[in-house]
Amino acid sequence: MDKPQTLITNNKRLDGRAPEDMRPLKIIAGYLEKADGSAYVECGSTKVVAAVYGPRDVHPKHCAEPDKAIVRCKYDMAAFSVDGERKRPGPDRRSVEISKVCSEALESVILTRKFPKTAIDIFVEVIQADASTRVTGLTAASVALADAGIPMQDLISACSFGRVYGTQNGEPVETVVVDLDKAEDNWGLADIAFAYAPNLEKIALLQMDGRISRQEFSLGMSYGMKVCKQLYELQKAALKKKYE
Amino acid sequence: MVMSELTKKTILTLASAQERIDGRGLQDFRTPKITTGIIPNAQGSALVELGLTKVVAGIKVGIGTPYPDKQEEGVMATAAELTPIASPDFESGPPSPQTVELARVVDRVIRESETLDTKALCIKPKEKVWMVYLDMYPLDMDGNLIDAGVLACMAAMLTAKLPRYENETVIYDDLKDPLPVSLKPVSVTHGKIENTLLVDTTNTEEQVMSGRYTVGFKEDGTICAMQKGGIATFSPEEIETMLENAQVHAKFLRGFLP
Repeated sequence: MDKPQTLITNNKRLDGRAPEDMRPLKIIAGYLEKADGSAYVECGSTKVVAAVYGPRDVHPKHCAEPDKAIVRCKYDMAAFSVDGERKRPGPDRRSVEISKVCSEALESVILTRKFPKTAIDIFVEVIQADASTRVTGLTAASVALADAGIPMQDLISACSFGRVYGTQNGEPVETVVVDLDKAEDNWGLADIAFAYAPNLEKIALLQMDGRISRQEFSLGMSYGMKVCKQLYELQKAALKKKYE
Repeated sequence: MVMSELTKKTILTLASAQERIDGRGLQDFRTPKITTGIIPNAQGSALVELGLTKVVAGIKVGIGTPYPDKQEEGVMATAAELTPIASPDFESGPPSPQTVELARVVDRVIRESETLDTKALCIKPKEKVWMVYLDMYPLDMDGNLIDAGVLACMAAMLTAKLPRYENETVIYDDLKDPLPVSLKPVSVTHGKIENTLLVDTTNTEEQVMSGRYTVGFKEDGTICAMQKGGIATFSPEEIETMLENAQVHAKFLRGFLP
């Protein structure tokens, strides 16, 4: 796709969404058989599977902590998941960084001190990437952790927000939008990954690249918090559905 | 690093009283000392001393092929190595997640500011462009490698020169034009110890702190990067407070760049 002339025209994005609209979501809790907990999440065309194993023995042993569980989240993109050329399998520097920040986000709510000397391993596999993959992965990981019965202070609900260029009544504008899709991520002006503990009202992950003013960022953050609270209801509903 | 319980408890007690173990205020940023042009073999270089933290950055340029989606632009790549020279907590070997994060966050602050005119680095579209390699090596770890790293890379870039390129050869001895950089982005990192936010943390503080928040600023106050790290969470109000403080520190730090 070549650079579009506009990403938003008179408050309508390329896929017809309004600035504050999320893409359609699908969440299935307990999607997998072997894992202790699992989830499948679709956010628009982005498709992610998350699996949780734990608390379990730590390998290698020297990584164990005497007073708490260690939390290891591994983010990976399947070779066929990306647009354009195949992505070579295996961790690249981007995946290493994403794994780190996701591990930290999830650890912020897991009650790790209940399980000393163990590991809680979370695997996030992106099987189709249409932007906002790490935040979709966190939303899925959170459901998977709950599905595994791992005690947490709160769920993590995550989304992206950013800034895109477009026109309003023919005049050029820059608008803050929520849940970036691939076009908005590639061609947009700023891209923020945002993970929220909706009951604690605390931020567990926050990354940004691009350029944004403080006011636009504050506006985006308010959209993000609102959307994450909506996501939370969907995550809860998916977990409840398992028991119906 | 094994830290005594007494030291840890002291830092926590001080933090709840809004004090720090080195006597600084919560919003006191150490004064950086920047020396450039220290590595003659590099096309640009700088040593940043931030308190006892020392980071050296060097720039090497070469010729390469552009990315398929940016065929008329040069390429910038940023890397770091955390070697045992700087700290007993660093191990030799392939880059750890901490190293990868450091390199990528520093890269983001610089790249997203758009300070480097990558189009000016194009020699022949689709075929030949300048590749600009930024490499950071902490020599002494006393905290805040991110902000020190950004200062070191920026100082190196601001004083770097491109060699002459003639007859398909790079003539490294003949340094001509300055690297096309126009802006001075800087980053400001806060740490969080329980409920206290403090700027520019030392290594001891980093052993105790539970979270970190870095923000990159351009001169005009536009934010060009953010990275939250650690297992602490932040309230939206804390983020706004840190952004407010960081803008002031950004101006302070920028004043030290060449």
